[in-house]
Amino acid sequence: MANIVQPTLPAAGARARGRAGVQRRTGTAYLFLAPFLILFCVFVVAPAIYGLWISLHTWNPLLPLQPWVGLKNYIDLFTPGSLTSGDFWQSVGNTGIFTVASVPLLLVIPLVIAVLLNQKIRGGTVFRAIFFAPYVLGVAVIGVIWRYLLDPQLGVVNHVLGALGLPSNIPWTVDVPWAWISLVGVTVWWTLGFNTVILLAGLKGINVDLYDAAAMDGAGAFRKFWSVTLPGLRPVMTFVTTVTILASANMFGQSYLLTKGGPGHATRTAVMYIADEGLSQNQMGAAAAMSYVLFAILAVISIINFRLQRERS
Amino acid sequence: MTASEVTTQTRSTPEIPAKAPSGRPRKRPNRARVLLYVALSGIALIILLPLVWIVLTSFKTDFNAINAPINPIPNPFTTQAYQTLASGQQPIFLWFLNSLAAALLQSAIILVTASLGAYALARLEFRGKKIVFGAIVTTLLVPPVIFLIPNYLIVQNLGWLDTIWAITIPGAASAFGIFFLRQFFVGLPQEIEEAARLDGAGDFRIFWQMVLPLARPALATLAVLSFLNNWNDFLWPIYVLLSPEHETLQPGLAVLQGAYATHFSIVMAGAIIASIPVLILFTIAQRQIVESVASSGVKG
Repeated sequence: MANIVQPTLPAAGARARGRAGVQRRTGTAYLFLAPFLILFCVFVVAPAIYGLWISLHTWNPLLPLQPWVGLKNYIDLFTPGSLTSGDFWQSVGNTGIFTVASVPLLLVIPLVIAVLLNQKIRGGTVFRAIFFAPYVLGVAVIGVIWRYLLDPQLGVVNHVLGALGLPSNIPWTVDVPWAWISLVGVTVWWTLGFNTVILLAGLKGINVDLYDAAAMDGAGAFRKFWSVTLPGLRPVMTFVTTVTILASANMFGQSYLLTKGGPGHATRTAVMYIADEGLSQNQMGAAAAMSYVLFAILAVISIINFRLQRERS
Repeated sequence: MTASEVTTQTRSTPEIPAKAPSGRPRKRPNRARVLLYVALSGIALIILLPLVWIVLTSFKTDFNAINAPINPIPNPFTTQAYQTLASGQQPIFLWFLNSLAAALLQSAIILVTASLGAYALARLEFRGKKIVFGAIVTTLLVPPVIFLIPNYLIVQNLGWLDTIWAITIPGAASAFGIFFLRQFFVGLPQEIEEAARLDGAGDFRIFWQMVLPLARPALATLAVLSFLNNWNDFLWPIYVLLSPEHETLQPGLAVLQGAYATHFSIVMAGAIIASIPVLILFTIAQRQIVESVASSGVKG
């Protein structure tokens, strides 16, 4: 869940081919690759296929038989009133609420901070390190400390609000919409440094001459930001948007620890529901089907995102 | 506003501006610059204050943590929370060792498998290279949740449930390490191999004696990132570790939260213990960690 770094996509064909004297060494290469490929096949390729197989069964590990049911698990998800469809789509909707609320904040706030850090200042690397620091803490640490700080009765936040003469009985973790505000706020606090650092690197990659040219044309600060910074940042922005959407769509730990998915199931996310249904309730077939439906939804969103970003450029 | 009023009222002599740094044209800090620093410091406070508060809370008495949450200073200052944890029902120091062992083991596996694999992908020509590479790329876009159920069953069939293998081996199949090192290996000059080949060195010797020593900084960064990733893993260990003595720290924190409920000073002490190795690593390798994240978007 908390991937420290999102991997970079390789620069296709970065290496010159057909260099004189380079022979094919297929056997040697696969010997080098073997340890990784064995792990990759057993724990990535095989489960991707095995999961599809599971999803076509009523798969309960506590029962002696796992009967084949074809597409029933999928059909159930799209049949209103079935055992799983209501809860599943509620959890997908919750993940959607979280993603729609957190992604814009996780793009705008880090962009503003990155622009501030990109000025000629002293202590820039110190600020950068401070902003990044919460990200190296695990979601479990983040969850338990904010569960304390935001506790409606005993938490610091409400006490501080009270001392300032503001309402001091805000149900941060136990009622909506406050629970969403808490989950989104904590996530922004936790991960803004990650996006800031990437966007800052993107800003530093923009050609300084472009700013000088814009200044000669009489462009002000806002105009420069709009016509030089934003277009120059587009590839990095696409990357950050994609990574942030994927991370938000996989949200689990914050809800698990801050709100326990409550009140009721109002903040239970899709991943939380799938894990519970498959591994606690032992409905593995249904849970596997849900994970593929979620995957399909995310794939569609990713494609739309890529298309939109490409059209704009 | 008020500060400047106080200054003009109480002091007869005007403030002498701080010495300008020598060798530079003297420039008075303009309003925008001051605002810039104020904004950045404000954000830094928002980030740091909760963390400082947690540290202070862990040194409060249980009574003070609950009844006087707004007073940040632990009075009396006590290590009672840590003592309760050490002698309590939950084997938190065992969890610490489990987390440490798992994170070190997984980092070691990733270093070995990823460096070997990345060497082949970066420096050798072979049949099927594009397919292997494409397959690894594709998995980066797949949400990890689809592996949850099947990998649970695979781990169960291997007899690894509730063992350290469950939380180290499957996660080592991550594509990130291969990418990270491949990028570094691609950038090394071709002459290394050519000279060594003329001396009759085989591929493994070139890898071991030439390429790996040059890659030391990249290997160290990958080791740190892998350690952090495994140390902070939360969802997977919740479900594959079953007995309290095999638990790791992150899911253990959820257990502490359940066991100690509103005994916040104790839970906060647990959170701090769970953060110590990570914060030490971040302090030592801050630049490498941040740089590797920074470059991920630009090179992508």
